[in-house]
Amino acid sequence: MIRLEVNGKNCRLDVPHDMPLLWVLRESLGLTGTKYGCGTGMCGSCTVIVSGEAVRSCQVSAGDVRGKVITTIEGLDINHPVKQAWISQRVPECGYCQPGQIMQAVELLTRNPHPSDRQIDEAMGGNLCRCGTYKRIRRAIMEASGNVENMP
Amino acid sequence: MKTPLSRRHFLKGCASGAGLFLAFRIAPSCFECSAVQDILNGTPERFQPNIWLSVTPDDLVTIRVSKCDIGQGVYTSLPMIVADELGAAWDHVRYELAPVADEYRDPVWGEQVTAGSASISHLYEPLRKAGAAAREMLAEAAAGMFHVPRDRLVAGNSALRCVDSGLSLSYGKLCARAAKLPLPSDPPLKRRDQFTFIGKDLPRLDIVEKVNGSAVYGMDVRIPGMLHAAVDRPPVYGGRVLGCDMEAALRVPGVEKVGVIDSGLAVCAASLAAAWEGRNALRTRWSTGKYPWWDTDSAARTMQEHLDRQGVNKISRGDVEGAMKKASVRLRADYVLPYLAHCPMEPPNCTVHLTGDRCRIWASCQNQTAMMDTAVEETGLRPHQIDIHILFSGGSFGRRYEVDFVREAIQTARVCKKPVRLMWTREEDIKNDFYRPGNAARIEAGLDSRGRLLAWRHKVAAPSVYRRIATSLLSDGIDPAAVEAIHNSVYDFPAVIVDYVEVKAPPPVGFWRSVGNSHNAFTIETFMDELAGAAGRDPIDFRMDLLDREPRARRVLELVAARAGWGKKNTKGRYLGAALHLSVYSYVAKVAEVSVNRSDGTIRVHRIVCAVDCGQVVNRDIVRAQMEGGIIYGLSAALKEEVRFAAGGVVSENFNDYEPLRIHEAPDIEVIIVDSREKPTGVGEIGVPSAAPAVANAVSAACGVRIRRLPMTPDRMVRLLSRRVG
Ligand code: FES
Ligand code: FES
Repeated sequence: MIRLEVNGKNCRLDVPHDMPLLWVLRESLGLTGTKYGCGTGMCGSCTVIVSGEAVRSCQVSAGDVRGKVITTIEGLDINHPVKQAWISQRVPECGYCQPGQIMQAVELLTRNPHPSDRQIDEAMGGNLCRCGTYKRIRRAIMEASGNVENMP
Repeated sequence: MKTPLSRRHFLKGCASGAGLFLAFRIAPSCFECSAVQDILNGTPERFQPNIWLSVTPDDLVTIRVSKCDIGQGVYTSLPMIVADELGAAWDHVRYELAPVADEYRDPVWGEQVTAGSASISHLYEPLRKAGAAAREMLAEAAAGMFHVPRDRLVAGNSALRCVDSGLSLSYGKLCARAAKLPLPSDPPLKRRDQFTFIGKDLPRLDIVEKVNGSAVYGMDVRIPGMLHAAVDRPPVYGGRVLGCDMEAALRVPGVEKVGVIDSGLAVCAASLAAAWEGRNALRTRWSTGKYPWWDTDSAARTMQEHLDRQGVNKISRGDVEGAMKKASVRLRADYVLPYLAHCPMEPPNCTVHLTGDRCRIWASCQNQTAMMDTAVEETGLRPHQIDIHILFSGGSFGRRYEVDFVREAIQTARVCKKPVRLMWTREEDIKNDFYRPGNAARIEAGLDSRGRLLAWRHKVAAPSVYRRIATSLLSDGIDPAAVEAIHNSVYDFPAVIVDYVEVKAPPPVGFWRSVGNSHNAFTIETFMDELAGAAGRDPIDFRMDLLDREPRARRVLELVAARAGWGKKNTKGRYLGAALHLSVYSYVAKVAEVSVNRSDGTIRVHRIVCAVDCGQVVNRDIVRAQMEGGIIYGLSAALKEEVRFAAGGVVSENFNDYEPLRIHEAPDIEVIIVDSREKPTGVGEIGVPSAAPAVANAVSAACGVRIRRLPMTPDRMVRLLSRRVG
C-alpha cells in the first residue's frame, strides 16, 4: 500500500512501488489530464507538481512520492491565473501538451513571479509542443506573472 | 466528451417535436435540404439523416462537425460558418461530432476525412446554405406569428425582430413552428458586410476543456473490463519472427493472451506495465529483413543516384534546350532531403470492443472513412454494426490519416476476446511511421545577359506517396505530390521542364503536413536566391519579375518585405532571407531573420515575419495560430529533424535523437493576414513549406554557403563553413 495526497485527497493505492507516477495517476486514479509523450523525461507532457516542485511523472515512481503532496492539472482551479492566462491567450491547438506546460509554468511563476524571456525559455525548455504554441505560452506566462503568489 | 447521438436517438428527439432539425444532403457537386419531417416520412435510403444543426426550445444551437479536431480548430471555425448565416447568438452555440456516415463525406473527395487543409474550403458553401435555410424557416415562422411580411423581420442574436413593432421572438420559441415549414430551396446568403462571426477572432469552443485537462483524447479512453495491449513489431523492414518465448510472456503476472496479428505479436494484459513486460519477455528473434543495406547514407545516395536516371516528363513548355544554350549564365544544383516523422505529441492508440455483432472503436483519427472501411474489412460486420467514436487528437499532421493502429487494435481485440486498448510508445511511433519521403532534386536554370530567367529544368527523384494511398492518381507513373508546386508553380517560367523519377525504397511513406510542398518549396525557393545572386539582383525583386500574373503573390511578398525591414540596414550579425510559396490555393511569404555562429555552427532564428492570403478568413486567430504552428513545424524539420536508418530499419528512437524544436529555439513570429475577398482556401499546412527556405536563404546571406541538404544541424553547418574556408 502506498499513500499519496493527490489534489487534496488522500489515496491509498495497491500498486507496485516501481510503477511510474504517470501511470498511477492515469490508470489507477483515472486522472488522465496528465499526458504521456515520451516516457523518458524528454517532453514534459507528464509534468505534475510534487511538494512544490515540477516533476516528470514518467520519471518518478510511486515509491518515490510516497506520502508527498501531488497536484495535477485537475487539481488546479479553472480560475487559477495560469489557466486563465492560457484561456485568454488562446494557447492550445491540439491541447495535448498543455497540462504539462501549465504545471511547469505554475512552478516557474511560484518560484519566480516575474520571469524574464530568458528565464521562461529556460524553465519551459523541457516541455515540447509539437503544435508550436511557444509564442503563446510565453505570452500567457507574461500575462499570469505577478498573479500567482496569492494562489493556492 | 461529446458523444454523437445515434440516428435512432436523434430521430426520436425530432419526432417528439422538440424543435427544428434541419438536415441536408451534399452530393459531390450539389446541395439539397431536407426538413426533418421528410426524413421521418421518407424512405430511410433516400433520407439518411445528415443533420448539421438543431435548434431546441431552450435556445441552444447545436452544430455538427464532420471533420476531426487535430489541433486546427475545426470545432470552432466550422460552427462559425453555420452560426453566422443562421443569425445565432454565439453563446448559444454548441458543437457536436457528426457520426461516421455517408452524408458526412467530404463533398469534394467523397470520403469522411480531415486532410489537405480543405475542411473550410470544401464546406464553406454547404454550411452557409444550411445556416441560411434554417434562418429562413425561422423567419417564416416568425412572420406567421407576428402577421407581418418576411421582409419586416431581421434575424440576429438567435432571435427574429420585427422592425416595425420592435417585438422579437427567440429561435427557441420559433423552432417547433419552423420545423413544420417547407424548406427553402435556395436561401439567400449574407453579403460580406453582413457577417457577424466570419472573419472575427472568436475564442475556440474547445479551449476550456483543453486547459483544464478534461478534454478526452484517444489515449484517455477507458472502458470497463478493458485489457491493455502492446505489439512487438519487426525492427527492420521485411523482418519475420524466427522465434519467441510465448510461455515466458504468459508467465508475466497480468498477461492474459499473446497472439499473432499482421504487424507482429500482440500481448494483452490487465495493465499497461504488464503488457510491456510481457512484450519484453517474448525476447522475439527477428530475421535480418529484406534490406540490410538500407541506412541513412544509402537512403541519401539512392535518392541522389536516381537523379541520373531518365525521368517521366510531367510538363514541358517552351524551348528549354534552346534557352539554356543561349543563356549567359547557367546554374545547376542538386538537393537531398531527409525522411521525416510526424511525431504527434499523442502517439497512435486505439480502443476496440468487439462482440458477436458489434464493433465499437475509439480513436483519435483524421480519417473516419478509412476507419470504417478497415473495421468492415477486419470484422466482416456491416457499417451499421460498427460504432466509431472520434476523440480529440493530440496532433496528427497527416499521421492519423493512416489507420494502421486501428487495424492492429481490431486484430488484437480478436486475439484477446475482450475490450482492449492498444497504445504505442513514442519509440513505436517513431519507428513505425509512414514517413515524409526522402527526396532528391536537380534544378538547372539559365539567365540572359541582363539577369533575367530564361528557362527552368527540374527533376525530382523520390518515393511515391500516392502509389500506396491512391494509385489511380498516378498519371503516367508520376506521383502528384512529388511534383506539386513545380509544374504548377506560382512563378511564370518562360520555359520549363519537370521530370519525375520514382524511387522504390523500403520505408513506407505518407502524407506529412504540406506533403510535396515541403520539399519543393525548399528547393525552388533556395535556388531562386542562387539565381538572384548570380544575376546580381535583390532576391525579392528577382521573384517579382516572374509574378506578373500573380498579384496575390506579389502582395504577400510586399507585405513581408515592408514589415521585416527588407533592404534596410540589418541589426549587426543578423541576416534576412525571404521565401514565397503557393499551396492549397493560399499564398504565403516569409522573411526570416537569423544569425549564425560560425564556430559551433548553430543557427539562431530570431524572427519570422509571415504574410498569408488564404482568401476569406473565417477565424482570424485560428489562421494566426495555424501559421505560427506551421512555421514551428517547418523550422523544426529545417533545423533538426531527420529519421535515421541502419541495417534495414529505423534507428531513431525517441525525442533524444528525433527532437522537435523547443521553446528556446522558437523565434518571434509575426503574422499578417491579407483582408481578402477571394473564396476561402487552405490554412492548416501552408505555414510549413516556406519556413525552411526563408531560413536557408538568410543563412546563405549570413555566410555565403548554399544549403542543399537538410536539416541544418550545427555539425553540417560546421562542415559546410570549413569547406568554404578551406
Ligand atoms: S512523458 Fe514524461 S517527459 Fe515525456
Ligand atoms: S498544443 Fe498540440 S502539442 Fe502542444
